[in-house]
Parts: sequence; structure tokens; C-alpha cells
Amino acid sequence: MQNRIGSTIQLLDYFASRLIVICYGRFWVRYSFKTKILFSMCCLIAIAVSAPAVNGAEIENLTKTINAIGSKGLGHVKARQAVAELTKCDADQIVLILEGFDSSNKLAVNWLRAVVDTVLENALQRGEEIPLDSLMEFLDDTDNDANARRVAYEWITDGNPALRDRILKTALGDPSLEIRREAIENAVSRALSIKEEAAPEALKQLKLTLSSARDLDQIDQITEEIESLGGEVDLPTHFGFLVTWNLIGPFDNSGTKGFDIAYPPESVIDLQDAVEGKLGNIRWFEHSSEDRYGMLDLNTIMPEKYKGAIAYAHTTFESGKKQVVDLRLGCVNGNKIWVNGKLITSNHVYHANTSIDQYIARATLNEGTNEILVKIAQNEQEESWAQRWQFQLRICDEFGTAILPTDRR
Amino acid sequence: MKSLQIIFAVVCLQFVNVNGNAADWADFRGPNGNPVHNGNLPLSWDVQGKKNVAWKASLPGRGVSSPIAVGNLVVVTSSAGANQQKLYVVAFDQQTGKQRWRRSFWATGRTYTHPTSSNAAPTPVSDGEYIYAFYSSNDLVCLDLDGNLMWFRGLAHDYPKAGNDVGMASSPAIAGDVVVVQIENQGDSFASGIDRQTGEELWRVPRDPRANWSSPVAYQINDGSFTVLLQSPTGLNAVDAKTGNERWTKEMSCGNITSPLKVGQSIYFGAGGTTRLKLNPKGTTPEVVWNANRLTANAASPIVDGENLYILSGSIIKSADSNTGDLNWQVRLKGRFWATPILSNGHLYFFNQDGLVQVVKVGETGEVVEEFEIGEPVLGTPAAVGNALFFRSDKHLFKISRP
Repeated sequence: MQNRIGSTIQLLDYFASRLIVICYGRFWVRYSFKTKILFSMCCLIAIAVSAPAVNGAEIENLTKTINAIGSKGLGHVKARQAVAELTKCDADQIVLILEGFDSSNKLAVNWLRAVVDTVLENALQRGEEIPLDSLMEFLDDTDNDANARRVAYEWITDGNPALRDRILKTALGDPSLEIRREAIENAVSRALSIKEEAAPEALKQLKLTLSSARDLDQIDQITEEIESLGGEVDLPTHFGFLVTWNLIGPFDNSGTKGFDIAYPPESVIDLQDAVEGKLGNIRWFEHSSEDRYGMLDLNTIMPEKYKGAIAYAHTTFESGKKQVVDLRLGCVNGNKIWVNGKLITSNHVYHANTSIDQYIARATLNEGTNEILVKIAQNEQEESWAQRWQFQLRICDEFGTAILPTDRR
Repeated sequence: MKSLQIIFAVVCLQFVNVNGNAADWADFRGPNGNPVHNGNLPLSWDVQGKKNVAWKASLPGRGVSSPIAVGNLVVVTSSAGANQQKLYVVAFDQQTGKQRWRRSFWATGRTYTHPTSSNAAPTPVSDGEYIYAFYSSNDLVCLDLDGNLMWFRGLAHDYPKAGNDVGMASSPAIAGDVVVVQIENQGDSFASGIDRQTGEELWRVPRDPRANWSSPVAYQINDGSFTVLLQSPTGLNAVDAKTGNERWTKEMSCGNITSPLKVGQSIYFGAGGTTRLKLNPKGTTPEVVWNANRLTANAASPIVDGENLYILSGSIIKSADSNTGDLNWQVRLKGRFWATPILSNGHLYFFNQDGLVQVVKVGETGEVVEEFEIGEPVLGTPAAVGNALFFRSDKHLFKISRP
């Protein structure tokens, strides 16, 4: 797409310049020297005014420079120059910049976003129009970068609520979760507006909306509304929480030193064996969470409320295929996760708030049975706000869509 | 001759702009981190009836950072989205309240915070040429006064364990050509000096892996170089702004929310209540002048106006002798406070977490002379320029001045 537009612009540039040369040639033969000079100056001014400050090929190179930004300021000097050049672009070149977005570089995408906003804001201040048609075309192509589409969406819908509503009506499954969030907000409003006179239809719409919802606050709101209409929601399934676990503990974590000690479950998992724990021999036992958000409260599940202690949780996940997944953990304690014996995340943090999806780690699941092991470390803080010992873990794709085991009941 | 005068005036204006304008309020807690102002501010206002409200502007998302005033702009940060992942820097015209420009970014670090706080908790800072906006997600943005991006850094992108899901709140400081950030938490805990022109990392020093919300404070010393004060639970460190090398350390048990205050050759900071240090000319470890354990601040940082020191201890404002630490008087206020108050023309302006403004007249004693609701929580210190006060609530920015 980018190459196509770039080539078209270059072709138009070529024809325009040929036309000027032909006209100029005819004038030179017919008129006096004074007129020729005057005409030459007019031509030069016309060329200067009509030519964009930055052409398509340059835009491509400049966005590449920005996309080469790395850690700790790597590439900043060149990128800063590229930003200065790109902000000279005309508003109708904005799609060329949007096509340079590559959200896999989270730093660069922010630089490019600032360029787009600056170019369009400056254009508006000069009284120019935003190129709505090309932005709409860009937004409609869901293969384009999700963040770039979001920027296009914001400029298209700014001050145009009717157009916004029209776009959002078909955006429930949008790959941009920001756009999708607004679509869900609108869909919920529409469903609630008919709740009194057409409850079954409202319920149907809410259920459909829930299947697209990925943000916790929206899921909670929709669930509440569905249940108020007599419907049921299986939240653990919607999120993909792992609810059935084998647990063992406590192991010692006095002075938080146990976090880096590899206790027996980190080497071998034999669910039948007794191993030595902090207070004597301990055995694995099974526990299923009844919590809607898959939470396992170890203070109530373990025989006692231990401090300076470690528990391990083990489960298996039957995957229908080899696939890359997110393991998303909510845990207010120190934690580690292994998938098939490979450590995928380690967070030695205690009592600094928690939420669903607090820690996100990528892992590859094998086709068939996969072993998942979680280490949950409690410290010895005495404050009332530092007593929780708990975790919740779910498996999903990068958008937060639940990935369920093939044997889920 | 006249054109020469104009050229001279323009050159002077440029010089003032590049080096920061004396009229600006462009730092966390104002110039030199001491929110003392001498404008003719209204003692009360009515956001509903609009009495003394010059303008009110809506903000995208929400935030708890303070506004800063630079040039003819008021600049505010905020964050929005399901997980506060959307970051905003918005600039308003000081006179009209009209939005001059708005920039938005996506957070690259951790965005979770306690509901009371926000991703937009650190206060931006400006050197008069550029604005540096920082967020709990450890994203640092540099823009010029027209909103043009100079650079964007994702410090948690570079150091992924940096973050605190309660929320980070330390505001950046400018020390000459260096922007200093203090990122202390249980993960990747460090302070860093960043080239203000390019955003490149100049230095990074590890810090205790403990939660800390204190902000760095910079000051220039006799040889022209800059020193940065870093307060953390284990003590107060002074480091060279260009290298991060330690200049001196005072090991003391310190607060982890308040920030130090340097006034003249003294430093006031939250250690064992409040402690005053006296800097020595050799630049070695300063001596303790006094320590007052009754002057314990919770969230608000100290204010010093000549011989008067003000400490907000819970909901009690305490006035002490800045030379001795002796308590002069105290007045109980209503509510819970996060914002450091501002002192102007003998009045302290307090904004509590529930949106109640209390104005205390200070002198031999303290007296609450005004008390009124503004209907929205305010967690950031206001900014003051001339006879105008700028404060931001969760969702709005206000300019308060007499008609």
C-alpha cells in the first residue's frame, strides 16, 4: 500500500514537472525578455508552493529512521531530525506517515504519533481540512497497524459524534482494543436503552457484547446487567482462568531468602511424594477455586496463615496445538512461573497492589499436556495491608481473549 | 536606532526564554521547590457561581500531577483508557484557557496505580525551552513550547522491572543540561541523568529496591556545576548531576513521600520528623542544625518563608521557627491531604483530597479565614503566576484571579 501511494505521487510529480517544462518552452519562443523573466519567477514560485516539503520516498526513509530507535536513547539524534522533517508534511500526506507505524517498537510508535498529531493540528490552525477520506480508507483496512488506525479514528471522529457512532456500530471485534472499548460502551448503552421494554433483546445484545469485551471494568458492568436480566455469565471461562490446582507449602521464606531457593517442586513434581517444608513434611493437595476471577486465597486454603512462607501451585493445560500464549498473573506477593520447566517470569515484589493481568508473560504451549508451576512467596510484613497471600492466573492471546484447555469442563 | 533597540529587546527575550522566566512556575512545588508566592491571589472563589474563576478547562482523562506555568502556557498531564495507558500533555493559553496544543502517547511501562492516584502523578518540569512530562509508567516525554516532540523515552521499556503498581509519583528535576529522574521501587530501582537535548542516558545509579515517591531536587554550587538531592528511606544522597557520582550522603531514616527543600545554604527534609542541614562550603557531608520529631510530614513537603517553616502533619498545619525547629503554633484542618500547600501574601492555601479548600492566615498564630468546596478532589500543588492561581482537579484545570 505504502509503495503504491509513493509510486503514484512520484508519477504525478513527474507529469507536473513535464507540463511546466513544455509551457515554459513555448513561452520562451514568443515573448520579450522582461516577460520571460517575470514568467520564470512565477514558475519558480509555483513550483515552490505546489511541491510538498517532503516527498513520499523521503517520508518512508524518515519513518524508517524513527523505527530504528532503540533503548536508552539509541538513535534519538537522527530520529529527532526525522521528526523535524516529517512535521513539515502536508496534511494530505498523513496516511504515508501512518503507514510507517510499527507497534512492535513501542517507543517509535509514540514518536510517530506525535508527528501525526502535530501535522494535523498545525493544518487545522492554518484553516486547512483534515483528509477525512484517506483517513477513513486507512481506518477501514483492519490489516493496518492497530495504533495507527486508532490515531486515524481519533482525527476522523474528533467533533463528529454521528460519524463516531456509525464507525463504532461495526467495531465490536476491532483489533484496536481502544476502538473496541468505545464500540462496547456504545453497544451497552444501546442495549440498556431497550432494557425496560424489550428485556430479551437487551439480554441477547449484552451477551453478544460481552463476548467482545476485554477490559475488566466493561466485563464487570456487562455481567452485572446480564445477571440483572436473569442471564448467567461464566466469568472464569470468559477470562480463561485456571481454577484447578495442586498446592504444596509452606517452604521457608524468612527474610525473603526463599524466593531464590529452588525447593523440590522446582526440580521434580511428584504429586504423591512428601517433601520437607518449613514446618515438617508436607504433601501436595488439590484445590479448585470457586472465585469468579479465579483467585486462590492461600491464607484460607493452606492449613494456617503463614508468614515468611512459600507455596507452589501446579496444574496441567491440554493444548490442541502448539501455540504462543499470554500467561497473565495477578499476585500481590513475590512470584515465579514455569511452563514445561522453563521460567517465564519472576517478580520479587511484595504488597504493592494487585489486579487481573498484573504480570504478563509470553510462552509457547506444546500440543498435548503442558506443565505449569507457580511459586507464590509471602514475606513477613506486619501491616494490615500486607497480609494477602494469593494469586490468579489465566491463559489468553495477546488481545486478552481466553484460550481454554481442550479438556476444560 | 529604534531597530537596534528592537533587536536588543528580542535578543533579551530569547535569553530569558532559554534560561527560564522568573515569572514561570515550572517545577514541582514551584521555583526552587518552595511554593512561596507574592501575588495578589483571591482568598476565595466559587466554581459554580464563577466568582473569581477566570476560566475552567476540561482535561482528557484524569490525573493528580500539578500544573506548571511556562511562558504564556499552563501545561498539565493526564492519563486515560482502561488501564490508564493513554498519556496526555496538554497546553493551555494562560490568558484565555484555550487549548493551544495536545499530545498523546501510549505508555510503555506499568500503568497500574491505586485508584486515588493516576498514571499522571509526577508533575512535569520545564527549563523555559522544553517541557519534560513524566508518568508513573516511567515514560518521559520532551516537547518544545509549541508541542513539537523532541524525544520520548520509555524507561521501563529499557528496565522492565521498574515500577510500582501502587503508582509512582516522583517528579523529574532539571539540573543544567540534565533531566534527573528518581525511580525507586522493588524492581529495577535507580536514579538516572538524561541529556535534556537528546534524551540519551548519561548515567544511572542503582537505588535501594524499596518503594519511594520522593522527588529529586537540583541546585547549582559555586563551581557552576549542579548537585541533585535524592531522598530515600535510608537517607539523603547528594550526587553530581552530570555523572551521578556521590558527593555526600547523610544516612538517616527518612520519609518516602515528601521531598527535600533547599533554601539558601540549608536543606529541610523529612527525617525523624523534620531535619535541617547546613551545607558546608567544601561540599562535604553537611551537619545537622536541628531535628524536630514533632514536625512529621505525611505527604506534603516543607515550606520555608524566612524564619517560618510550615509542615502539614496529617491534617494539622504546624508553623515552626526555621532557625530552631521550635513549634510556634498549629491549626487543625479538615480532611486528608496529598498536595503541598502554597503560601501567598501571608496566606496558606490548602486543597484536601475531597475538594475542600481551606485558607489559613499566618502570622503570630494561624487562623482559617476561608473554607469552601470546589466539588472535585485536588491532589497536586497549585501553580501561581502574578495574581493568578492555577490548580487542577481530577478532570479540570482552573484559573483563579480577580476580574
